[in-house]
Amino acid sequence: MSENSTTEEIIICQDVCKWFGDFQALKDCSLRVMAQEVVVIIGPSGSGKSTFIRCINRLEEHQAGDIIVDGIPLTRDVRNIEQIRSEAGMVFQQFNLFPHLTVMENITLAPIQVRKMKKEEAQETAMGLLNRVGIPEQADKYPGQLSGGQQQRVAIARSLAMSPKIMLFDEPTSALDPEMIKEVLDVMQELAETGMTMLVVTHEMGFAREVADRIVFMDGGEIMEVGTPEHFFTNAQHERTKLFLSQIL
Amino acid sequence: MTTAAGTPSDRSVLPVTERYTVLGWLRRNLFSDLFNSLLTIVAIGFVIFIARLLLRWAFVNAEWGVIPANFNLIMRGQYPSAEAWRLWLIIHLLGAVVGMMWRLISGQFSGAARVLVAIPFVLMLIPFFAMETRLNLLITAAASGVGYLFAGSLYIQRRGRATAYLLLVYLVVMLILLRGAGADEGLMPPVQPILWGGLLLSLLLAFFGITLSFPLGVLLALGRQSKLPAIRVISVVYIEFIRGVPLISLLFMGQVMLQLFLPDGFPLVDRVLRALVAITLFSAAYTAENVRGGLQSISRGQYEAAQALGLSTFQSTIHIILPQALRAVIPVLVGQFISLFKDTTLVALVGIFDLLGIARTIIANPDWLGTQPEVFAFIAVLFWIFSYSMSYASRRIEQRLGVGER
Repeated sequence: MSENSTTEEIIICQDVCKWFGDFQALKDCSLRVMAQEVVVIIGPSGSGKSTFIRCINRLEEHQAGDIIVDGIPLTRDVRNIEQIRSEAGMVFQQFNLFPHLTVMENITLAPIQVRKMKKEEAQETAMGLLNRVGIPEQADKYPGQLSGGQQQRVAIARSLAMSPKIMLFDEPTSALDPEMIKEVLDVMQELAETGMTMLVVTHEMGFAREVADRIVFMDGGEIMEVGTPEHFFTNAQHERTKLFLSQIL
Repeated sequence: MTTAAGTPSDRSVLPVTERYTVLGWLRRNLFSDLFNSLLTIVAIGFVIFIARLLLRWAFVNAEWGVIPANFNLIMRGQYPSAEAWRLWLIIHLLGAVVGMMWRLISGQFSGAARVLVAIPFVLMLIPFFAMETRLNLLITAAASGVGYLFAGSLYIQRRGRATAYLLLVYLVVMLILLRGAGADEGLMPPVQPILWGGLLLSLLLAFFGITLSFPLGVLLALGRQSKLPAIRVISVVYIEFIRGVPLISLLFMGQVMLQLFLPDGFPLVDRVLRALVAITLFSAAYTAENVRGGLQSISRGQYEAAQALGLSTFQSTIHIILPQALRAVIPVLVGQFISLFKDTTLVALVGIFDLLGIARTIIANPDWLGTQPEVFAFIAVLFWIFSYSMSYASRRIEQRLGVGER
C-alpha cells in the first residue's frame, strides 16, 4: 500500500475486458486516476460506463486486463477484494439503503462490523457525516420515510463512514426527481472540494463541466476520449463524442 | 378553486350523504340494491339456522360430563398425578418469564398484556375446576406480576440478549422438571416421555418441532442458494426428498429406522423423541422453501450495497439479507407453524398419546360410549385457541415490524 498518495496513481486500469456471455461489454479499457482527482464518465446508455466502475470494486468480474487500486491488484484473492472494497465507497443509482435499519444503523453497520469500531464512536462519526450531508435530524428514521434526495445523501454518508480513499458514483442522480438532484450534486461537489478521489458516472453535464478534472467518454464498451472539461465541451476530437454532446446539450 | 357547485367553505366539509351512520352503513353495505338485499336476508337466515342447531346441541343434547371426568387425561396424558406439581411449576415459571419478557421488550402494561393476565382468571371461572386448580392459576397470575415487577427493578442494557438468555434458561429448567432426575424414590423421579400425553405433549411436539426445524430450515434455504455446488445439491436433494414424502410415512420411518442410522451402542431413542425428529426434519424442508421465497424477494442491490461496504458474505447474510427475508415471510411461516401444530396429531397413529390419541382412548372407553361429538368438539376448540393465538401473535409482530417497510 502506498502512503504518499497525493501525486500517486490511485486507480490503474490496463486493457480491462469484460464479457456478458458472448457480448463484450468492455473492450481494452485503460484509465489512470490520480489521487484527489475527480473523473466523470459520460456516454450513451449501454456504453459500459456502469460496468466499468463496477469492475473497480469487483461487483462485476473483469476477465482480462489488470486493475490496481491503491497498490492492491484486483485478483480472485478474496482478501484483496475485501481490502479494495473497504477502500472504495460506492453510491448506487437506486440508493440501496437497508430498509429494515434506521438511517443511523445504515451508516454505522459497516464501521462496527468490518472496522470493529465501538458503537458510540461509530454513532459519533455518523452524526458528523449526517451533519455534513445536511440531514442530522433524520438519524432515527427509516429509509422509507425519506425523500429520494435525502436517501441518496444517507447513502453517501454510509459510504463515507468507512473513510474510503476513493468514491465511486454510479449514476447517483438518475433515479431522483428533478428538484432533488441539486441537493445531491451539492454534497458531491463539497466532497470533491475536500480532495476525495471520485469516479462519477453521470448524465449531469453541468456537474461534469464544473467539478470534473477530467472527463472520460465511453461508447460501445470502449474509452473513446479522455480530456479536461474545457477540451471536451469546446474542442472534442472524436466524431461520436461530438454526436453525443450535440444530442444532450 | 370555486366551482359552480358551491362556495369554498361548502366544499371543505364532508357531504352529508357520505357521513358515517349506522343506517347509512347498513344501506350502503347490506341493502344497496334488490339483489344484495335478497342475499343479505338469505345469508342471515342461513347463519341463524346453523347457529340454532349448534347451540341446541351444545346446551341441550350434549353430555359434557365426559370432559371433566377425563380432564387430567386430556391435559397431561399418563403423566403421574403425584408429579403434577412439576407441571404446575412449569406453568408458574412460564407466567414469571412472560411477565419479565413483557417488561423487557415492551415496557408497558397495556393491550395484549391485559389479555394475557386475564387468561388465568378466566380459566378460574371454569365450573368443574377443583379448588387446588384455581389456587394454582392464581399463583400463575401472581408469578407473572412478580416477574414483571422484578424485571422492572433490574437495570439491563441489552434487553434483547437478556430475553434470549432468559428463554434459554427457562427451556432447560422446563425440560429438567418435565423429565425428572435422580432416583425413582427421589424428589423428582424420572417420567419417561412416553407417559407425557394430551395437550402437554401436543404443545411440546409443536414447540420443539418449530424451534428446532426453524434454524435447520433457514440453513437449508441458504444452502440452496449457495455458490458451492456440493452444499447446494445436498440441500436440494434433502428438501425435494422430504417434500415428496407424506409426514405419516416419515413418522413410521422414524419409529422403525432412526435407530439404524445411529452409531452402535447409542442408547435407545424414546418413541416420542423419534416422532419429534421426524416432525422436525419434515418441517425444516417446508421452512426452507418458505424462507427461500423471502430470500428471492431481496433485490440484487441489497447484496451489492453490502458487498460494496466490505461486509463479508456471512455478515451481510446475518445483518442484511436474513432480517429482510424472514420479515417478508412471517405470515407464511406462521401459517406453516400452525399446520405443523395440527399435524402433530398424526403421531397418534404411531402409538403416541397426544391430544388426538387421548381423545381416541377416551371414546373407546366403554364408560363414555357415544361421546365422540363432545370429545372431538372439545379438542377442536383447544386446537383452535392455540392456532388462533399464533395467528394473532403473528399479526401483532408484523404490525410492530412494519415501521420500516418500503
